[in-house]
Amino acid sequence: MIKTDILIIGAGPTGLFAVFEAGLLKLKCHLIDSLPMAGGQCAEIYPKKPIYDIPSHPEIMAGDLIKNLEQQIAPFQPGYTLGESAVSIEKTEDEQFIVTTDQGTQHQAPVVAIAGGLGTFEPRKPPLENLKKFENQGVNYIVKDPEFFRDKKVVIAGGGDSALDWTIFLENVAESVTLVHRRNEFRGALDSVEKVQVLKNEKRIKLITQAEVTALKGSEKLEQLTVTRQGTTIDLECDHFIPLFGLTPKLGPIAKWGLKIEKNAIVVDNSLDYQTNIPGIYAIGDVNTYPGKLKLILCGFHEATLMCQSAFKRIYPDKRNVLKYTTVSGINGFDGSQKQAAKSTIKSIE
Amino acid sequence: MSEDIRIFLTDRRGVRHQLLAPTDMQMNLMEVCKAHELPVEGTCGGMALCASCQCYVNSKHLLSEPSDDEEAMLAEAFHVKENSRLSCQILMTPELEGLEVTLAPND
Repeated sequence: MIKTDILIIGAGPTGLFAVFEAGLLKLKCHLIDSLPMAGGQCAEIYPKKPIYDIPSHPEIMAGDLIKNLEQQIAPFQPGYTLGESAVSIEKTEDEQFIVTTDQGTQHQAPVVAIAGGLGTFEPRKPPLENLKKFENQGVNYIVKDPEFFRDKKVVIAGGGDSALDWTIFLENVAESVTLVHRRNEFRGALDSVEKVQVLKNEKRIKLITQAEVTALKGSEKLEQLTVTRQGTTIDLECDHFIPLFGLTPKLGPIAKWGLKIEKNAIVVDNSLDYQTNIPGIYAIGDVNTYPGKLKLILCGFHEATLMCQSAFKRIYPDKRNVLKYTTVSGINGFDGSQKQAAKSTIKSIE
Repeated sequence: MSEDIRIFLTDRRGVRHQLLAPTDMQMNLMEVCKAHELPVEGTCGGMALCASCQCYVNSKHLLSEPSDDEEAMLAEAFHVKENSRLSCQILMTPELEGLEVTLAPND
């Protein structure tokens, strides 16, 4: 069981900054995120896009914003459970929350802050009739262990980096790899596009462009799929179909935690501390809603700050506390590091 | 102040709406839909990176050509037709008065 003071669900910018504000109050944080890396939407959807409305950054790439936040919170040694989704929550008799992930990892904390953005990122599934029937029976949305595909006939669909990267990787492992994409153009890293071109030229993979997978066939498991190209159809023998059309966020299991939800967002008390209808559970950033809500990173930072002050009072109801300024108190990291303004030197004139 | 234009939008249940859209606010069609509380997600905020705002353009209005980003996203979206566009890439201009669109299905 992982124990912490504030359990943060979602490691996007708001969740990450909450670690900093909690750290100033000597509260430890642990973050859970379904993605394998921190950053949320900034990392998954638009790492290379510039953001212009972060105060004091005239322009910053979303990916760099995340890097900076990770650096800023490093002294407070947050824990991470990445690549796992929070699925259930229960409250113990002594006012602790136990949050369990889809992989069974358990976390315990007196305060839970949901900073889940638009939700858990899930694979976008093509609208194919039998898709559900063949899920895990030949249809796989992610490649967890490449060995799983050894000596198999694999068909990959998509035109982005993951489709290209897995085509390149699985070519070495699988019996055959076919990449299907609706256009001739691919929007992946140039290097990957060139590698796939070489594999195609050397006939090590099959590339079918201006085409899409239109049907899946098989009795129990996937055995064959149909590719439609400009009106004509091609049937391909196939053990695995890997559609890689990116990820889309869904609120997911959190929607069933008994929290008050309006329009796919968690209702919070914005006049006070961004607490939800369940005391001890807060919601900050894009995941929450209140009158006048704006889904902006800078608003998420503000919400995270107020949440931490309230969390402190909840965890230490009898401790008196005042807001501290980093210019005065500096930063005392949990790793023993210290940052402090340099003392001014006073010299007399004789 | 320039005048608002009318957009005729058919939602996913087949209901037709008349939306009034300002042309001097740099708004795109996805934003106009959100402003009218229509169920358009606009997950990526309008960067042509998610296709949750895909629509079909039914009228003969001359729209700006889709950018490479939009073309690439439409190539990975579902339910795409010849007249598919990402509504976040359709900027509200006076020429679009009377534009007729239908929302594409959700994923």
